[in-house]
Order: sequence, then structure tokens, then C-alpha cells
Amino acid sequence: MKLFKAYCQDFFRYRYLLYNLVGRDFKLKYRRSVLGVIWSVLNPLLMNVVMVIVFSTIMDMRSAGIKNFSVYLIIGQLLFSFFNEATSVAMGSVLSSAPLLRKVYIPKYIFPLEKVTFSLVNCLFSFIALIIVMVVTRAPLHLTVILALYPLMTLFVFSLGIGLILATLAVFFRDIMHLWNVFTTALMYFSAIFYDPMGLQTSPSVLFLQKFISFNPVYWYITAFRGVVLDGRLLTSAEILVCGICGIVALIVGLLVFRKYQDKFVLHM
Amino acid sequence: MNMIEIENVSMRFNLAREKSESLKEYFLQMVQGKLHFDEFYALRNVTFNVEKGDFFGLIGLNGSGKSTLLKVISGVYKPTEGTTRVKGTIAPLIELGAGFDMDLTARENIYLNGTVLGLTPKYIQEKFDEIVEFSELKDFLDVPLKNYSSGMIARIGFAIATITQPDVLIADEILSVGDFLFQEKCEKRMQHLRENGTTMILVSHSIQQIERNCNKVAWLEKGRLKMVGDTKTVCDAYKQIHQE
Repeated sequence: MKLFKAYCQDFFRYRYLLYNLVGRDFKLKYRRSVLGVIWSVLNPLLMNVVMVIVFSTIMDMRSAGIKNFSVYLIIGQLLFSFFNEATSVAMGSVLSSAPLLRKVYIPKYIFPLEKVTFSLVNCLFSFIALIIVMVVTRAPLHLTVILALYPLMTLFVFSLGIGLILATLAVFFRDIMHLWNVFTTALMYFSAIFYDPMGLQTSPSVLFLQKFISFNPVYWYITAFRGVVLDGRLLTSAEILVCGICGIVALIVGLLVFRKYQDKFVLHM
Repeated sequence: MNMIEIENVSMRFNLAREKSESLKEYFLQMVQGKLHFDEFYALRNVTFNVEKGDFFGLIGLNGSGKSTLLKVISGVYKPTEGTTRVKGTIAPLIELGAGFDMDLTARENIYLNGTVLGLTPKYIQEKFDEIVEFSELKDFLDVPLKNYSSGMIARIGFAIATITQPDVLIADEILSVGDFLFQEKCEKRMQHLRENGTTMILVSHSIQQIERNCNKVAWLEKGRLKMVGDTKTVCDAYKQIHQE
């Protein structure tokens, strides 16, 4: 508890730094591109169009049974790419700020935190693409859309926890960067982005897949988000529990691991 | 009152002879029993105090541990043994322009670097003109920093770091960059800060500069504290050994 309080005080003192770092990343990302921030919307939108065409023509059977495939797909894409981007960038964040960390004292967790926050800001912009897709496909707007904040915020906490662990690992073993890349690709196929595991025909292998996929926290976040936005239902208690607990556990483990090794970072960079 | 208390501080580095940066190499070396580190003490049992209002000099040859000591004081390194206590805020000038992003403009960097040092944007806003005036770079404010010369970067770094009235200012050979006019300006600024109660720690290879500014000096040699005391005694002893 005392530890938590110290973290909070530190955070309060350096909140402007966090804000400025996010601002810097944002400026640098879009500096000198003609469309600038519009790419945050255009990119997922174009990806969505490509994938909808692919999955509704070439591999038609997959999209069967899903009400509004475009919206279903783009929610999966957006949330997964948020998780993917947040964790991957957070992983290299401590290493890439080595020049600064060697010269000035700054609480080190600010760098993973900043990268995950930046990814969230990006993700929020991308939600404009979701709105566009919903309008175009005439998807009904449910009041339960507000509840989508819950899976989004818990996913943020979850990504931060994972990001902290990865950032720590990356300092000592650079290999993790390549490994994680492979891992997230595998994870993507088990996050049910372009298919509905519950809607597949039952066979032993599908049952196994359903079981397997339910151990994937990212799948839970995506499903909860889809439930409230697309189906207009409330969050189930299982979703509330799984999303919340995964987030908090990841964050606590992340903070503990990070804290344990952070004093050694400067010696290994 | 002691502003900085350094008690029995040792700093050990593991100089990995074969630096293993990947898992595979690490395990290979571990299996082969090759995973050995050369221990290297950059600092050994250093103890001294700096009192409030001191202008404290650190001298010693290259590799004597001066910079390491500054980094321990400013919290970048955690000492392997011993403790350091610092009262109040520290403005570290370990390297001018640490934390600048070369792709951003000077204006953006002033805000970014100010918040790195823990200042609020409002405060930076108020002092913005003063920073610009001191660094004499008014015409280049919206140019990305990568187009700046090293002297220009040093100026702006110094201006930001000294805009507050920190309790402790740590300066590592920063005055060696920039032309003599700017050096004079910096020294004047530091004297001014000191009159207002800032405690200074200065590392310099210029013994004249130390003699001119400091009232106390510590002499480090190969990581050990050789001598600490008032400027004249220590500097004379240092000169006697190294200039004959």
C-alpha cells in the first residue's frame, strides 16, 4: 500500500512529463505526412475493407452466422492492434530512452506508461473508423455502448502490466523483442478477430479451440466490447470478472517485476 | 546543515567480458562456464558531506569516478553499497541537453526538457522568454534541434536547467562547451544562484575554474577519496602531484 502511494506521488509530480512525451510521440508520428492524424482513422478503415472483401468472397464460410461482419471484424482489429501496439512499443521503451535514463533521474516506469497511453490515444482516434463502419452498415446504436469503456480501460491496464514485464525483460534479453512478435501473431489467430468460435460447427477440434481460446484474456476484452457495442447487451458477470482480474493481476505482477529490476537497468543499457 | 550526505558509497560495475545480449548466448556461456564478470569498482568507500551554500568542487584524473559519483548523487545510479541522502530538489547538469529530442524544435524541447526536470508547463510558460533570452537563440526557436550546433544545444540546456532555483545544482564539465563569453555568463549565473542559497557541485578539469569558484574541494583518485577540504589545501596538493 505504501508502495502504491509512493508510485502515485511520483506520478503526480511527473504527470506533465507524461503529457509532453505523449505529445512528442504524436507530433513525430504525423510530422510531414500530408494527411497526418487522419491516417489513424484511414488505416484501420482500409484494412477493414480489405479484410471484409477477403473474408466475404474468398473464405465465405467463416463470416456465416455473424450478424454484422464488418463491425464485428473492425472491433476485433482495433482492440487487438491496440494491445499489440501498446505492448510492442512499451517493450522497447526503456531501452530506447537509455540516453536520458543515464543522465537524469526520472521514474523509469513513465516510459512504458507513456507508450501504452500513446497507443490508447491512437486507438481512440481509430474509433472514428468504427463509427464510420457502423454508420455505413446501418448498425443500430445501443445505449449499452457506454459500457464499452469498461473492457477498454481494463485492456489498457492489462496492456500496461504486460508492457512493464516486457520492458524489463527486453533490457536483459533483447531476444524477447523478436519472440514477442511471433507470439502476438499467434495470439491474433486465437483472439477470434475474423471468426466466431462459438458459432462454428461442433466437432472435437472446435471444442478444443473454444476451450483454448477462453484462456486468452484478449479474446475476453474483444468479446465484451462486441457484446455491448454490436449486440446491445449488458456485460456478463464473467466478463466483468475476467477483464478486471486479468488487468489487475497483470498490473501488479508488472509493477513488482519492474520495481525489482529497475535499479539494474542503467547497468545493462 | 548538510545538504548532501554521502556515506561509505561504493559503486561496482560488472564488466562483462563477453557481453551476452541474447538468451542463446547467455545459456551457451553459462553451460560452458564462461559466464564470468570482471568486477570493477568505480567508487570505493567514499564518504563526505556537502553543506548548504557550499560551492563544492570535484577534481581528479579521467576515470577517477567523478561522473559516477555525480550520477549516484543525482539518483541515476543506485550505489552498490552505502547511502546517499540529498535534501531538496536537484538540477542535474550531467550533460547539457540530455533528454532533448533532436527531431523536435527548440520551442518544443524547452517544454519537454522542463518537464523532464519536474517543472510545470505553467512555470515554463512564465519563464519562457527568460530562457530564450539567456540562450540567445531567439531566431532559431522553430528549427529542429538536429540542425543546431553543439554550442547552441548546450546553451539552451543550461538555460532550462538553471531557470529554477534548485536546492542543489550538479554540473559535470558543462562549462567547457561554448565560447568564453557564454562560459562567463554561465559562471555568473551560477554565482547568482549560489547567493540565493543553491548548493553547487562542480566537476572540472580546469583547476583555475575550481579555484575561482569553489570553497571546498574533494579529490578522487581511482575511485577513492584522496583528500577533501578547503580549496587551497586540496588544489595545492593536487597541483604538486600532477604538475611535476
